Amino acid sequence: MTATAAVARAWRGVRWYLKEFTGEARWDDYLAHCAEHGHQPVSRREFERRRADALERNPVSRCC
Amino acid sequence: MSTTVSRPDTGGGPPPRAGRRLPLKSVLVWTAVAVVGAVCWGVLAIARGETISALWLLFAALCSYAIAYRFYSRFITYRVLRADDARATPAERLQNGVDFDVTDRRVLFGHHFAAIAGAGPLVGPVLAAQMGYLPGTIWIVVGVIFAGAVQDLVVMFFSMRRNGKSLGQMIREEIGVVGGVAALIAVFAIMIIILAVLALIVVNALAESPWGVFSIGLTIPIALFMGVYLRRLRPGRVLEATGIGVALLLLAIVAGGWIEDTALGDTLTLSREWLVLALVVYGFVASVLPVWLLLTPRDYLSTFMKIGVIVLLAISLVIARPVLQADAVSDFAVAGTGPVFAGSLFPFVFITIACGALSGFHALISSGTTPKMVAKESQVRLIGYGGMLMESFVAISALIAAVVIDQGLYFAMNSPAGATGGTVESAATYVQGLGFDTTAQDLAAASAAVQEDTLISRTGGAPALAVGLAQVFSQAFGGGGQAFWYHFAIMFEALFILTAVDAGTRVGRFMLQDTIGNVWKKFGDLSWRPGNVIASAVVVGLWGSVLYIGVTDPLGGVNQLFPLFGIANQLLAAIALTLCTVLLVKHGKLRYAWVPGIPLVWDLVVTMTASWQKVFSGDPRVGYFTQAGVYRDARDAGEVLAPAADEGQMDQIVFNSTLNGVLQAVFALLTLVVVVHAAVVIAKAIRNRGLPTTEEPAVPSRLVEPAGLFATPEEKRAIAEHERLVGAGAGRSEAEEK
Repeated sequence: MTATAAVARAWRGVRWYLKEFTGEARWDDYLAHCAEHGHQPVSRREFERRRADALERNPVSRCC
Repeated sequence: MSTTVSRPDTGGGPPPRAGRRLPLKSVLVWTAVAVVGAVCWGVLAIARGETISALWLLFAALCSYAIAYRFYSRFITYRVLRADDARATPAERLQNGVDFDVTDRRVLFGHHFAAIAGAGPLVGPVLAAQMGYLPGTIWIVVGVIFAGAVQDLVVMFFSMRRNGKSLGQMIREEIGVVGGVAALIAVFAIMIIILAVLALIVVNALAESPWGVFSIGLTIPIALFMGVYLRRLRPGRVLEATGIGVALLLLAIVAGGWIEDTALGDTLTLSREWLVLALVVYGFVASVLPVWLLLTPRDYLSTFMKIGVIVLLAISLVIARPVLQADAVSDFAVAGTGPVFAGSLFPFVFITIACGALSGFHALISSGTTPKMVAKESQVRLIGYGGMLMESFVAISALIAAVVIDQGLYFAMNSPAGATGGTVESAATYVQGLGFDTTAQDLAAASAAVQEDTLISRTGGAPALAVGLAQVFSQAFGGGGQAFWYHFAIMFEALFILTAVDAGTRVGRFMLQDTIGNVWKKFGDLSWRPGNVIASAVVVGLWGSVLYIGVTDPLGGVNQLFPLFGIANQLLAAIALTLCTVLLVKHGKLRYAWVPGIPLVWDLVVTMTASWQKVFSGDPRVGYFTQAGVYRDARDAGEVLAPAADEGQMDQIVFNSTLNGVLQAVFALLTLVVVVHAAVVIAKAIRNRGLPTTEEPAVPSRLVEPAGLFATPEEKRAIAEHERLVGAGAGRSEAEEK
């Protein structure tokens, strides 16, 4: 593996991690899911709103 | 690392390597790690009165963690718990994309770590440094390996086997209703104390510091902006929003320096009482507002800052290689007369350092949230045990920051105002009396370097840690900038704590609504506005009053309340470890009951000794009731005892000390109720060689995922083969593509 390929791979890894970590990747997953099952996806705004409202009932606990 | 992948058709079970001999390469590597660790510990044990680099501490800890992870956590995961990758986890069986969600192990590790680690591991070790660096270091390392990480791992595993039930639910179902109710009350009360003490630390760090108040205050509009950005402007672009947020945050820290000597700075020079009010109002508003507006964006900011700071700290320690200034074991360790917190090394070091070594609060996160997202059973090893080791590492770093600063300054900062007198001259006289040669000029220079009016009696640990971090960072990166780094450190500590406070208030509100909902149905409806407002007000009111009591306590709120916080947290750990022991015995694994049993016994000895001393000790510095008695007698005789300044403060001390004593006794009794009930269940389970439990029946798993942080070659092959057979999965985890 060349140096540039290694850097590119590391960059992809970091990007992948951050998108997964922040939950941004859920939108991509959703689009893939809709494509697979032939659903018409809702708008991103609507999708993120539903996700945010789900958080309302599932509080994230933060420790000391 | 040798781990296993069980394909759906093979039945799974313990790792295939068990019983086989280790390859030569592994033997050599692990021997080397053991030798390096042993040398580091040896240097720490033998070296006295010389200059010792802090790196010995760091590497002693890292080598110990590596060995514990490789051998002990593996033993617990596969031999004791028998994690079985052929068994579907709740995330796989009940996947709903909301709380049950199969999550990549590395991502979940990050989430779990961000949820368990906050200001606790940063503050406790700083306070414990009054005993010298060695007791704290040993407890952090040994404690995490045999107690804290074990608790997190075992609780997570058992909760995972029960569809992610909460600690309280498991206790009610596995130990009994009385134990369950006692645990529920204990959890709620302990949460209130923890929130109050965390808020107290923020108040002490921000009082009379316009720079700090300005930067922290700006985090609120920054978070609101991010919230609106994510909701309306560009929905879902979390990375963008967080990037903008972090940039604004850094700008806010720099800007704090500009406003310091202006009229705005004078306006923001707030007293402790005003800060209490501000925090209470903030906590209430944050709990009632929709989460997307304030809580969620704030949480992104706090999480990224948290991870960034920890990485930065680790790097700068290695670059700066600071030298330890504290004694290995200070005189206060034996005499128990320390000004930071009263009492001798045993038991008080072990309760002052809770987070980082053993923290009961983690059991609330290890049950419930995280186990619902684990992809494979064996991954609890990485997430539960590994996550806690990481927190322990944070604690060691914080300890190092506290013991590399001038120790006269350390005591001048961390002793209550009643002892130091509040001025540089009186504080210098005081610390010289303790045996340090720090002068008034040194103390004045230290506060000038970080551009604070004073550093005297800035108790709570956060300011002392910030001074230590400022020293390490500016040593590592050069160019001075101590004032920037100091306020940077204060800012992120306050940010973590405020995130814990608003999230905690919300969780407390949900608990209250849920509990009262059992008798009054309407109140349990989380979307009923009046219910939200009332429950939020009650929770905020409770921690707000404890906070106010702490802030105005003439004896020093941190000195008085921190032991209560530490003991409460460790008592919660005792409850969690009790549940772990009960479950192992019920599952017929009596011969492994020592795994949670030994830390349980140790924790009970520590917390019960500490509780006993705080309640019954005849030493007025230690025993709350004796303390109240001494001040009551003096007050009745018409005297005023220092540090009280007038009769009102005498009354205050009598009231506070009595209240603290009562709370202390109640916490200990609640824990004992759970333990006694558990003992009955254990006896019954031993007679019957196990008892039925609420474990969910096994369902075969259809997922193939690596167990550890890095996929082994066998795991990669197994994944490739699985994907070929199933034909699905366009590389959910890109980083693992070959």
